This record gives sequence, C-alpha cells and structure tokens, in this order.
Amino acid sequence: MTGALTILLLFQLIGEVTVQLIGLPVPGPVVGMVLLFLSLRWRKALPDTLRATAETLLSHLSLLFIPAGAGVIQYGTLLADEWLALIAAMVLGTLITVAVTALVMQGVILIQHRMRQDG
Amino acid sequence: MLTGIWVYLAASPLLWLTVTLAVYLAGHWLFRRSGGRAFFNPVALAITLLVLILLLTGTPYSTYFKGAQFIHFLLGPATVALAIPLYLHWERVRQLFLPIVVGLLTGSITAILSAIGLAWLLGGSPRTLLSLVPKSVTTPVAMGIAEKIGGLPSLTAVIVILTGVAGAVAAPSLLNRLHIQDDAVKGMAIGVAAHGIGTARALQISSLAGAFAGLAIGLNALLTTLLAPLMVRLLHLTP
Repeated sequence: MTGALTILLLFQLIGEVTVQLIGLPVPGPVVGMVLLFLSLRWRKALPDTLRATAETLLSHLSLLFIPAGAGVIQYGTLLADEWLALIAAMVLGTLITVAVTALVMQGVILIQHRMRQDG
Repeated sequence: MLTGIWVYLAASPLLWLTVTLAVYLAGHWLFRRSGGRAFFNPVALAITLLVLILLLTGTPYSTYFKGAQFIHFLLGPATVALAIPLYLHWERVRQLFLPIVVGLLTGSITAILSAIGLAWLLGGSPRTLLSLVPKSVTTPVAMGIAEKIGGLPSLTAVIVILTGVAGAVAAPSLLNRLHIQDDAVKGMAIGVAAHGIGTARALQISSLAGAFAGLAIGLNALLTTLLAPLMVRLLHLTP
C-alpha cells in the first residue's frame, strides 16, 4: 500500500519535473501516467499491491472532485445571470459530444471490419 | 464556549476534510436509497449537501478549500493510477487504434464547438464562453487551459465538474438508446465528454469501459491543450 502510493507519487513527481524542464503544454500527472504505463509495459509485470491501490483510488475517483465542485458557491450571481447558456452548454453539449464520439468510433470499427472481410 | 470550539474547528483542516468525506458517503447512501437511479448522482448530491452546509454556516469557500485541498490533491496520483487499467486492457486498445484516434479527434472538437456554440446562441458572456472551452477536460488541465486562453480558471473548475455529472447521469442511457454495445466505445465516449466523473461511472459499467474512459481523459487532455488556443483564435473570441 505505502509502496504503491510512493510509486504513484513518484511518477507524478517525475511527470511534473519533466513538464517543467521541457516546457510541455501537458499536465504533469498525465505525463506521469504515460511514463508509468511505459515502465509497466517494459517490465511486463504489474505488482499486485500497485494494482490493488490503483483500483481502490479509482473506485473513489468521484470523491476527489467534490472540493472543486463546491466552488460553485462563488458563482451565484453569474449562474443566476447566465444559467440558460451554461446549462445548455454543459448538458446538451456533453450529450452531443457523447453521441458524436460513440457513433464515429463505432462507424470506424464497422468500416474496418467490413474492409477486413472483403480483403 | 461553543462559539470558541466552532471558531477553532472551522479554521482547521480536520473539520472540512471530515465534512467532505461525510457528504460523499451521504451522497452514496442517498443514491442507493433511490434504488441506484442515475438522476441521483452521488457526486451531485454530495456537492449540493456541501454547498448547503457552507451557506448555512457562512463559511467562505477559501476556508473550506484549505481543509479539502488534501482530497483535491489526490486527483494527481489518481490520474497516474489510470496507467493500470490502460496496461491491463492494452491489447484491446492496440486493436482499436484507428477508431480511437478518429473518435477522439471528432469528439474533442465537438466538445469545444458545441459548448461555445450553444452558450453563444443563448447569450453567454465572452468570459463564460472562454471558460467553457475546456469543459470536457479533467479539472487540473482544464484550469490551466482556461488561464491560458483568458477564461476564469475557478469558474472552469465548476463547469468541468457539472459537465462530468451531466455526462455520468445521462451518457449510459443515451448510449443504450444509440444501440452502442461495445464497452470500449462506451468508455471512450464517456471519457472524452465527461472526464473523471464520467470515468467513475464507466468503471461501474465494466473495467474495460473504465480503461477506455481513462485513456480518453489523458488523450483528450493532450489534444484540447493543443486545440483550444487554436480554436479561440479562429473564432476570434476575446474576454
């Protein structure tokens, strides 16, 4: 557990430092994720404790968004003034995005499938 | 006496850390009591409870966040931890390389255009439009993008989370209605549109859906970081 947490923090740290050093336009933790993935592929093994810790952390992923979400109380007036535009963008915009992504990806999978059958 | 204790507790991280965990558990309890209906999203319930508590006790957000930042901090290691489902499902990811790339590109552009397009039609202010641009990207990255393009980072954080809740609530039934059966496609679509909160929901569908949602968070963060400044310039958006 502690070992696994150290690994996660270590890769986050390496990610943050890499971003700062090279000036990448990408967040540190995302680079950390890529590097951890690469090192797992390279070692061809996933320690059980790391797997268990990661799965525990990810099963409570939604908890981690609560502090930032509560920031909504700072924007009472803005929400009152522009609620329609915001709700439309957040709800409709998100549904449109889900539908477009799913249909396009499904479509490409189908096309690939057909081309393989024909060829 | 009581006020003395309150003043002491309200200023220490302990109280707000505990309250955050308590509203999270309460949100899940209410969600289960509702029979697991998607509309009773545990995160939305927890945030609503928390906002009520903060308003009733007259606690400023900055005081609250001093305590809750320890939980907020864990978003970093949790993002790194997404490497594990990705590693476990790598074979499937490799097979679907082209569908992933094409789906991601169209999804990412759709997320940006649909958000600013709808808000613009309904009279959103320029600052709101700019804060909406990175709405489907994971919180820390979205805040960075908002700052770069002239939006309000703290408003973006709120928008990102409400977007995630909307996606988590509505995406699974929408995907069923579109007859999408492949969990890889479901996960990808939820991850591109609704980042981490969507991923939490996708992990409930299956580990494969969770892996693709996690992959989508990382890829969409990268792509939107590159696309956002470009699209803002093309659309002549200024604060």
